[in-house]
Amino acid sequence: MKHATQTPAPPTAAGRRERAPGPQSGGDRGAPVRRSGQWAAWAFLAPVVVYLLAFYVYPLYRNVDLSLRNYTVRSFVQGDAPFTGLANYGKAVRDATFGPALWHTVVFTVVSLAFQFTIGLALAVFFTRNFRLSATLRALFLVPWLLPLIVSSSTWSWMLNSESGVVNAVLAAVGIDPVNWLTSPDWSLWSVTIANIWIGIPFNLVVLYSGLQAIPSHIYEAAALDGASAWQRFWRVTFPLLRPVSAITLLLGLVYTLKVFDIIWIMTKGGPSDASTTLATWSYRLGFGNMLPSFGPGAAVGNLLIVIALVFGLVYIRVQRRQGAA
Amino acid sequence: MTTRRTWWRTGLGVVFTALMLFPVYWMINVSFTRDQDMRKSPPYWFPVHGTLEGYRAVLEQQGPYLATSLVVGLGTVALTVVIAAPAAYSLAKLRPRGGGVLSFVLLIAQMIPGVIMAMGFYAIYLSTGVLNTVPGLIVADSTLAVPFAVLIFTAFMSGIPEELMQAARVDGAGPLRTFWSVVLPVSRNSVITVSLFAFLWAWSDFVFASTLDQGGGRQPITLGIYHYIGNNNQEWNAIMATAVVASIPATVLLVIAQRYVAAGVTAGAVKD
Repeated sequence: MKHATQTPAPPTAAGRRERAPGPQSGGDRGAPVRRSGQWAAWAFLAPVVVYLLAFYVYPLYRNVDLSLRNYTVRSFVQGDAPFTGLANYGKAVRDATFGPALWHTVVFTVVSLAFQFTIGLALAVFFTRNFRLSATLRALFLVPWLLPLIVSSSTWSWMLNSESGVVNAVLAAVGIDPVNWLTSPDWSLWSVTIANIWIGIPFNLVVLYSGLQAIPSHIYEAAALDGASAWQRFWRVTFPLLRPVSAITLLLGLVYTLKVFDIIWIMTKGGPSDASTTLATWSYRLGFGNMLPSFGPGAAVGNLLIVIALVFGLVYIRVQRRQGAA
Repeated sequence: MTTRRTWWRTGLGVVFTALMLFPVYWMINVSFTRDQDMRKSPPYWFPVHGTLEGYRAVLEQQGPYLATSLVVGLGTVALTVVIAAPAAYSLAKLRPRGGGVLSFVLLIAQMIPGVIMAMGFYAIYLSTGVLNTVPGLIVADSTLAVPFAVLIFTAFMSGIPEELMQAARVDGAGPLRTFWSVVLPVSRNSVITVSLFAFLWAWSDFVFASTLDQGGGRQPITLGIYHYIGNNNQEWNAIMATAVVASIPATVLLVIAQRYVAAGVTAGAVKD
């Protein structure tokens, strides 16, 4: 087997098995690069640099600018809003919605990740044994991940409908009272979390599956020879060897989940009475959800969310780099 | 003995898949359900009294939305490939000074939540008059794909053997010629993967559509569905029929390009 000599590296995509040194290591390697070569290299990079400046840096700059000024609809158009420093941030943090939104973001993210990862890992282990139709079934598992979020969210909305939803119909069949999934403050956060778990399972399955493929089979054989049970083989062999891939999957999932907006907005709009509001939906509601938009606080909340996402993003990059070096 | 074991696993696998895909089945089932059966309890598990009313509504009302989404999707693919492929060629093969920093910036760029980008874009588009236009939406949607595309392309192009590049150089090809006649044709698979994801993301985008094209004359299908729900529409068969139609690109791509889809998903987790 080709993989037999590899320690579990981060999952490698099909078709990129032989990986040459990445771009990071390219600069300081080999002969000194001729000046004309540098010109050509940067000529090819020019479009993307201009693109990043115009469509990433500039919007983000405008966003920071929004958060530092007192914008109204009129000054938004005329562009003469007074500079107010960090007042919008203060306003956002002191807002009664801030605490709950932060808490909901944490709960939504942690619960989603825990279930996505556990279910994804269980399925990945299940699918590592090749059986008839396994490749086809594994491909079908990708469907939820590929569907437009508005499609999945509206389908879940109707499934969780209090009176006519199929979920409550099933509950009624086993004698459980109907649950107001989307309209009760006690349940709405769980409902959007369930939908988000469903959407995230395929990603975890595929990445963890490719991580499992990289574990050499002779290790399992050795463990089996030593009399390890299936359960022991999982906890003592698979799980530790899969740790690097797991770390990357979870961190990336974390960054993705912090961003989730569509699902919550479409299913509950963050309601009822903010019961499923997260930082992402709150930011959107402040900026776009009302007749009178408050762009300043909206941008401030958004920038706080960016900071949180970037902290974990940097942890992810660090972990990944360290694994690449090891 | 072994075959019996295998069948047992296949059976379990089918059950898992069926559970996982139940919402998809339900969407299809509801799309065929008659209005008068919509609130029936318990619901029909199969479209026994199937109707095509929902799909008739799609044909009558959603055509322009679907066309806009198609245009936006294709535009996003074109813009993404044109921007990302040369950059990746440079990062993978031309060793630009500072290339590592750029790769790092691209990684970071991917982590910025779309909702926040939308607010910045809104401010810019409002003052430049690009708000509610298709090109504006294409540019915004491309930001979902460009960093991912550069990283995927770079990974693929790093795998192109150095001998191939040298052969081109010996034949007198400059960097541009090498890129066009050697690197791009060899990277066909990565172009397919990138195009596929760029199209899907643009087709599925709701955040940018709902902020930057809310008042536009030409709106994508995601807004078509959103208006349907928002109008307190009770015709869930029409809503679900639209959802089914909106899922067709994803399904088609999965069927014809499954290999590339799986490659893209895992590459999303590797990304260096």
